[in-house]
Amino acid sequence: MPRWLTSGRVFWLALFAVTWALSTWSFQLYKALDARWIIRFPKKWQLELDGAISGFLIWLVEDAGFYLFSFKDLTRAMAALIEAPYQFLRNLLIEGFSSGYGETAVQLAPSLSWIAIIICIAAIGLYARDWALAALVGCCFLYLAVFGQWHSAMITLASVLIAVPIGAVGGLFLGIAAYRHPWVDMALRPVLDLMQTVPVFAYLVPILILFGFGPVAALVATIIYAMPPMVRITIVALRNVPDEILEAGHMAGCTQRQIMWKILVPSATPTLMVGVNQVIMLSLNMVIIASMIGAGGLGFDVLASLRRLDIGGGIEAGLAIVLMAIALDRASQAFSERKYRVRKSGNLIQRYPLSSTVLFFAIATMILGRLIPAVQTYPEALTLTTGPFWAGAMEWINVNFFDTFEAIKLVILQGLLLPVKKFFTGIPWAWGIIATGLMAARIGGWKLGIMAMLMMGFIAASGLWGKAMVTIYLCGVSVLIATIVGIPLGIWAAERPKAGKVILGLMDTLQTLPSFVYLIPVIMLFRVGDFSAMIAVVLYALAPAVRYAAHGLGDVPEQMIEAGHMAGCTKRQILWRIKLPLATPQLLLGLNQTTMLALSMLVITALVGTRDLGQEVYIALTKANAGKGIVAGLSVAFIAIIADRLVNALARGQRKRLGI
Amino acid sequence: MNTTTILECRDVWKIYGAKADSFLTHTPDPQKGDLRKHNLIGAVRRANVQIRKGEIFVIMGLSGSGKSTLVRCLSRLVEPTAGEIFFEGKNLLSMNEAELIHIRRTKMGMVFQQFALLPHLTVLENAAFPLDVQGIDKVTREDRAMEMVELVGLKGRENNYPRELSGGQQQRVGIARSLVVEPDLWFLDEPFSALDPLIRREMQDEFMRLQNMLHKTIVFITHDFDEAIRLADRIAVMKDGEIQQVATPEELVLNPATDYVAEFTRYVSRSKVITAGSVIQPLQDGTFAGTVDHKQLIDDIASQIEGANAPYRVEKDGEVIGQITRQAVIDVLVGRA
Repeated sequence: MPRWLTSGRVFWLALFAVTWALSTWSFQLYKALDARWIIRFPKKWQLELDGAISGFLIWLVEDAGFYLFSFKDLTRAMAALIEAPYQFLRNLLIEGFSSGYGETAVQLAPSLSWIAIIICIAAIGLYARDWALAALVGCCFLYLAVFGQWHSAMITLASVLIAVPIGAVGGLFLGIAAYRHPWVDMALRPVLDLMQTVPVFAYLVPILILFGFGPVAALVATIIYAMPPMVRITIVALRNVPDEILEAGHMAGCTQRQIMWKILVPSATPTLMVGVNQVIMLSLNMVIIASMIGAGGLGFDVLASLRRLDIGGGIEAGLAIVLMAIALDRASQAFSERKYRVRKSGNLIQRYPLSSTVLFFAIATMILGRLIPAVQTYPEALTLTTGPFWAGAMEWINVNFFDTFEAIKLVILQGLLLPVKKFFTGIPWAWGIIATGLMAARIGGWKLGIMAMLMMGFIAASGLWGKAMVTIYLCGVSVLIATIVGIPLGIWAAERPKAGKVILGLMDTLQTLPSFVYLIPVIMLFRVGDFSAMIAVVLYALAPAVRYAAHGLGDVPEQMIEAGHMAGCTKRQILWRIKLPLATPQLLLGLNQTTMLALSMLVITALVGTRDLGQEVYIALTKANAGKGIVAGLSVAFIAIIADRLVNALARGQRKRLGI
Repeated sequence: MNTTTILECRDVWKIYGAKADSFLTHTPDPQKGDLRKHNLIGAVRRANVQIRKGEIFVIMGLSGSGKSTLVRCLSRLVEPTAGEIFFEGKNLLSMNEAELIHIRRTKMGMVFQQFALLPHLTVLENAAFPLDVQGIDKVTREDRAMEMVELVGLKGRENNYPRELSGGQQQRVGIARSLVVEPDLWFLDEPFSALDPLIRREMQDEFMRLQNMLHKTIVFITHDFDEAIRLADRIAVMKDGEIQQVATPEELVLNPATDYVAEFTRYVSRSKVITAGSVIQPLQDGTFAGTVDHKQLIDDIASQIEGANAPYRVEKDGEVIGQITRQAVIDVLVGRA
């Protein structure tokens, strides 16, 4: 083959030119040739997978059995296993323990008082690090009481307290199994890949069908959503235990079991705690989504306010989730960084001062609460509400800046969003599959090319081509903007340590916010539509772009920079000639993360009226159409997997070229 | 087998790569080129060593020479591809999991290059760890561990965590842990390589002090030839997975078996290796300034012989076997011998 044909630039130019031409004239082409299949996937070739899946689920629930018990019994048993501890926690935190039902119920013991709970959480903060952390988490919880979010917050806390241990321990055991047996690892890997890329909405429906509407279904969904990172982190953490420590264990004569529980797991604990932190954050992230299938609490409040367009209520409840997320995040992070301390000696109270304090306050407030109700439950008369304030603020902004916002919106819509949308939605499906395949083959080899073509083919055959293109367009534009904004921010953070601290801190906080929260202000300001969706996605997906850029630049070896200085580079030359090229693999990894987050957020923005795959999944959820939801969810996952593999292949190529 | 041999390995191979196991059955006597042709790496190639009771046996080689793999084969942390290993006359490689665990719990100890301490345990708990896994009760095991902690000079630090100690102190904990089961066979895998030169020297002295008290059988790995000649009774020099020569330090210097060994020994300060017995001349008439033993190092007797104006007699088992002159000592010191 002649050299000019194989050279990269020609290939990409040609690919783009053909795609652009076909996209622009596909409609004319169809008219001229009278070939409707060019723009629409032929009906008779369509896969009817959604019907099959729905049918299978119905069969599972109604007829399936394992000799002794039916499938339904199995799900009921699982539900009961989750229900019991959950109810216990609800009693402990909210309702109190009682025997009997309805009118005849007799209260045996009240729930923990709000004071006892706040002291308990502060004590955890103190135990994990210091007084500052104790004050922070205590104040976060105090906010919940003072601003009237206590009841909902405790419902949310109860579900988090159930989901986190199950998710963490389950993840740990799966991770251990995968560490020990390669075949478990092989089997788990694709499942984990799918779990992390299939939008949550997609498996809400099957769970809804299997477990029925209610807190248990919500817990199951939360656990499924929050467990995969724990599995991954466990595998990595166990593999990263230094060989020598493992050998020291063998030489000490440990059995297999002792190696695992006395050597591997304790040595890996700091990393494992990072996994637990992830599980907590993901569980909180699910709070709002899970309330769609019956979890009450703060998530339900947010969702209800959003539906009512009650600005103040939404922000208040959203803020409560954010504060709870921050408190739990900081506390669990402190645990993973916690240093081992010298054990105290003495009697029980001296050895466990914090536990005894908490216990003391729990009992004291319980007794006092009988006499003074305000000790038991935060008095309603003293609650503050910021709802009207937020509503007023939003109104003021809308009144005074409406035109500005509209202008910005219009410019970006006309100048960027619509042309890109037209380009993507115009691509005929057949060429789209071929082009994706060519692109993937070029970047990652023919195997990746074939995989990409099969996945795109599945999307087209499911009749979702148009919506998939809208997804790609929205995601692409959002990632582009997030990168354009994020990388300079990251560079700034790396170059100026002081600014960096602020920027990275802000990004950390942004990442702890449940994705739903981003929607609230955006809808308030820009109303529903593609533009609002894009803003929310950009906000949500910004953090990794910033962070990886900052880390990538920070990781450039000092020697290289010194070599640059000695070669007489200006500051600008050092940045452009030395730091950025060396940081490209990291920048690409950031791009990858940004893309993944953007895709997961896109599904949520379906609530604000985008016409993409997310909408498809969401409609399936509201209609409880399991098959449709799963097929659309799989399509999103396929797009995510293709994007992930492509960017990773790029990063790998780049690293190889740089010899890192 | 020699009665004083505690550990013996015969024709041990460790080959890495796909189909490494079947390779040796097809090619019983492979050359270097054969391995490369099959995309295999011979980490240990036909190793034969006998380790005698009570000696310090040093395995010396540069990084990648296979010395760490060999010691891991000897302790069966790594499964050899082929060969036999006998520990106290019993075939180590045919032992099952339980037997192996028993041997390691009672007869072997190992010290690691990066210390390999458990970060979540205190100094005392780390030292007691091998007893803990045997299920020995807390009081007994911590008493025994405390003795070891005192032995290595860490009394007063027993409740610290490893990260609070310096590198040298951490390795002392590693030594205490490896000795707590009173092993017969003590493996040390580059124990001092991760330490600063000054600390390394100090730890070598400490190690010799311990050995003079305990008289263990020791397999000591190092890449530092000076360390090797300082500590070793015998040295095995390894290169590319092969043992080039097994000999006392003095023999290595005087009669290197290969060019590689010669290259290594060229810059060694010979007076620290060569003994009086190796440079004796036939006894001549005349006066003598004194008598030295044939095993004494030139380095130790140099100043006394140089200061005297007559040669010294050299004795072996109370019998005079020759004389040593000032000139002979100077030849050794300047590297002419």
